[in-house]
Amino acid sequence: MNDRGYYGQFGGAYIPEILVATFDELTLAYESAKADPTFWQEFEELMRTYSCRPTPITFAENLTRHFGGAQIYIKREDLNHTGAHKVNNVMGQGLLIKRMGKSRVIAETGAGQHGVATATMAAKFGLECTIYMGEVDVARQRPNVFWMERLGADVVPVTHGSRTLKDAINEAFRDWVTNMDTTHYALGTVCGPHPFPAMVSWLQSIIGKEARAQMLERTNRLPHRVYACVGGGSNAMGIFSGFFEDEVELIGVEAGGRGIDSGAHAARLASKDASLGVAQGYKTFFLQDDDGQMRHTHSVAAGLDYVGVSPILSHLHEQGRVRFESATDREVVDALALTVRKEGLIPALESSHAFVQAFKEAPELSSDDILLINQSGRGDKDIFTVADAFGDPKWEQFIRDKAEQYNA
Amino acid sequence: MLEETIRAKMSQKDILLMTHIVIGYPSFDDSLRVVESMVEAGVDLMELQIPFSEPIADGPVILHANQQALAAGSTVERCMEFGEQVSKRFDIPFLVMTYYNILFKYGVGRFAERLSAAGLQGAIVPDLPPEEAETYLAAMKANSLAPIFIYSPNTRSERMKLIDEVAEGLIYCVARKGVTGADTSFSAEFGDYLSRCRAATKLPLALGFGVKNAEDVEFLRGQVEIAVIGTQSIRVLEDEGIGAIKGFIEGLR
Ligand SMILES: Cc1ncc(COP(=O)(O)O)c(C=O)c1O
Repeated sequence: MNDRGYYGQFGGAYIPEILVATFDELTLAYESAKADPTFWQEFEELMRTYSCRPTPITFAENLTRHFGGAQIYIKREDLNHTGAHKVNNVMGQGLLIKRMGKSRVIAETGAGQHGVATATMAAKFGLECTIYMGEVDVARQRPNVFWMERLGADVVPVTHGSRTLKDAINEAFRDWVTNMDTTHYALGTVCGPHPFPAMVSWLQSIIGKEARAQMLERTNRLPHRVYACVGGGSNAMGIFSGFFEDEVELIGVEAGGRGIDSGAHAARLASKDASLGVAQGYKTFFLQDDDGQMRHTHSVAAGLDYVGVSPILSHLHEQGRVRFESATDREVVDALALTVRKEGLIPALESSHAFVQAFKEAPELSSDDILLINQSGRGDKDIFTVADAFGDPKWEQFIRDKAEQYNA
Repeated sequence: MLEETIRAKMSQKDILLMTHIVIGYPSFDDSLRVVESMVEAGVDLMELQIPFSEPIADGPVILHANQQALAAGSTVERCMEFGEQVSKRFDIPFLVMTYYNILFKYGVGRFAERLSAAGLQGAIVPDLPPEEAETYLAAMKANSLAPIFIYSPNTRSERMKLIDEVAEGLIYCVARKGVTGADTSFSAEFGDYLSRCRAATKLPLALGFGVKNAEDVEFLRGQVEIAVIGTQSIRVLEDEGIGAIKGFIEGLR
């Protein structure tokens, strides 16, 4: 990376003049935190006492036997407080907010996990909090909206554009250009203008640091392959960063939606549908038309339903260091169901994308091979979507009865 | 060239008006009639915005206009044709305003050639800071087009000078924090900001964001060369129709 945040040809900071001073301030705060060893100590201590870190590695014995190939291990980011890896980034940015002396935090959210984590951090640190969330996502992730509001956040549904994650990011920027003196924008993934990709990767690297040491301790070896789902790319960057220097194959799994051929997906690097562009403050592959207008994306998982992808991952893709695959909505629901039944684990729909690809590859490998899957979050939030996907008649009846009670 | 045109106009008027439209909103025919009304009402320069799906520096009114124009089938090529049509027909400078991805996908060099061939005189690209603008600056220069850059109240004075080194034609001074469309209170501390702008550049200053009536324009008279009317003319168009545009502009100064 150079000092304008380029990774090869990707990245940069394409920001309006009004935000230049704010980004200068943030870059300074980030660089001095990174240079200060007490920051990382404080961060680890906070995560240890507030968010169950280090999160364990689980050997998935039954899934391993089921597929009869490679040994499958799972990094349990779902056991974080608030139920996903998002809290790593958020608590780290919370410590930076305290250092910068700001009193308000804003964030975008897709699945609602980043929103819940941000609202939680705001409650703990005594900050005002506004969360922007696409209207489509508000509807499909209601449990998270409920908790954000209980935590004291103002949740603003975004009603323009595709009404999903990218539109929530635009709206957060519009708030920030007005309120930057008091407000920090805690972007939830490794995208956006520099220094966000670098800073969020750094905070999420806590996953990879732990995972590498845990695998060595547990198996005396490194895994052969590591799988992570990719929305913006933060859980993937987090776990991958532990293995960049090793001979470990890294696999990012994007949302295949209704299938790549259908066009209804969010596969930026695993399909040929995306092209290089500049939007939301950075240069990367976007799903866009020939004029440069962003296209609608689709995924059963709100957190993967995004037009762009981390500039760092675009670079690693170009260099051949990370392989990209996609998983369809159907495959994802099946992998989720299998994991629940075989292991008693409930991965989020986002995380289940990584499981799909590992399940495809495990049978072809030998029992000497080790696969590590990052379970970025837990699936409780997805209960409405998953119940619909399963077509569970008892759940449907429950919702009808509940509605009746409100009507009575 | 743009700068000379502005100076020549300044010898006849003590404040110039620059207006803004989103090309293709609500339709190409209507856009043409709006330009016609504005020129008849004596507008001195115009910004033509090529719609983009992610206009992060724009507030709700212009955002909505961008999305409606795209939904109605506005394409970059049709916008270029529109720019060509109006600059042939009306004798005022026309500038393009859009976001960088539009140029990037079109090809920055090709974009500048096309602007020049269409008779447009410059461009405003709010998400392209000078640090990222090397290719753009070269292309604009090669085609004798003015790359217009922005000052904001929190731009430090040294940075203003840096921006001045690459800017041509005019400097667009944003009146306040925030996006387009919200109100601006033109207060005394505003004077400090404008004198910092003045000290940093010899280019004419255009002031925009929140300028919406004769009172605002009066306040700016003698302080800047150009008052920019953005969102307010779209509001007039939406609330009162195209017929009201001419009267609105005439009433501004
Ligand atoms: C559980 C979970 N996993 C993954 C993601 C995708 O984000 P990223 O690619 O930044 O990890 C999200 C986003 O909301 C999420 O909630």
